[in-house]
Amino acid sequence: MPEHIVPIKTYAEVLAALLVLTATTCGVSFIDMGKMNAVVAMVIAFAKASLVALIFMHLRYSRRLTRVVAAAGLFWLGILIALTMSDYLTRGWQ
Amino acid sequence: MAETSVADRHTHSAARAHQFDDAGQQRDAVTMGMWVFLVTEIMFFGGLFASYVVYRALYPMAFAVASQELDIKLGTLNTAVLLVSSFTMVVAVFGSQTGSRRMLVGGLAMTVALGVVFLVIKFFEYYQKYVERHIPGPSFAFPEPYTQPAKMYFTLYFAMTGLHAAHMIVGCGLLTVLIVMAWRGRFTPEYHSPVEVSGLYWHFVDIIWIFLYPLLYLIGRHLE
Repeated sequence: MPEHIVPIKTYAEVLAALLVLTATTCGVSFIDMGKMNAVVAMVIAFAKASLVALIFMHLRYSRRLTRVVAAAGLFWLGILIALTMSDYLTRGWQ
Repeated sequence: MAETSVADRHTHSAARAHQFDDAGQQRDAVTMGMWVFLVTEIMFFGGLFASYVVYRALYPMAFAVASQELDIKLGTLNTAVLLVSSFTMVVAVFGSQTGSRRMLVGGLAMTVALGVVFLVIKFFEYYQKYVERHIPGPSFAFPEPYTQPAKMYFTLYFAMTGLHAAHMIVGCGLLTVLIVMAWRGRFTPEYHSPVEVSGLYWHFVDIIWIFLYPLLYLIGRHLE
């Protein structure tokens, strides 16, 4: 597979988006939204991580096998946290 | 055709290992191998993230109150420093792909410099925590009723940011080796996998910080 070369302009746009998202997540953390604070912070963090993984780490232009490997990491982390919390969050009702 | 490909295989032996058919196949294999390593790194940090989720779920108020003790200005500044360093890293990768040694060496040098800036800022944050007696141990101090769960918060804070900082130090070392190699002209548009995979490592460490920043610095700000 020939190597895909991403133009510097795209990288610069991604950096600008990342900095704007950082300022946004910092700003909204001072507003009291109850439980939504954590949700908004995590949504923005995942958006930033996706930008870095897809463009800076070239996942968007990588082979499907590489993308499956990367997604597997996220999936296994999900198993780790979901199964752990399925224990801790269900201890209080006996 | 067969003769030229055999000859070709031997003239490029410095850049390409024998088991690969062509440079593209080798590059794909190297990239995927690095991603497999990064998945093990996700699970390495994952244990700490899972611990964090458990203790934050158990002691939400203590975590929010303890989080306010961190310096949000330095935390946000460090986030920006790391994001810019990821940009200078991709500039270096671009330089290696297009054969620009100036962009490659310059990008790598800028990335290492920003990595060192991050670590220096982190050091001052740690020192501030030492002065405020927020380092878990015999001299740990935090107002009741949150003393014990706050100690858990700071244990996770130092474990997570410490492991992250250790990765930054390794990354700076890797990139310094790359600067020397690039300076000696070891990389070409056909062969620059070390630059590409070291970049993947650097961006991975950046992604870890992208999650550490809101989880550690931002959770209690609206209580102020």
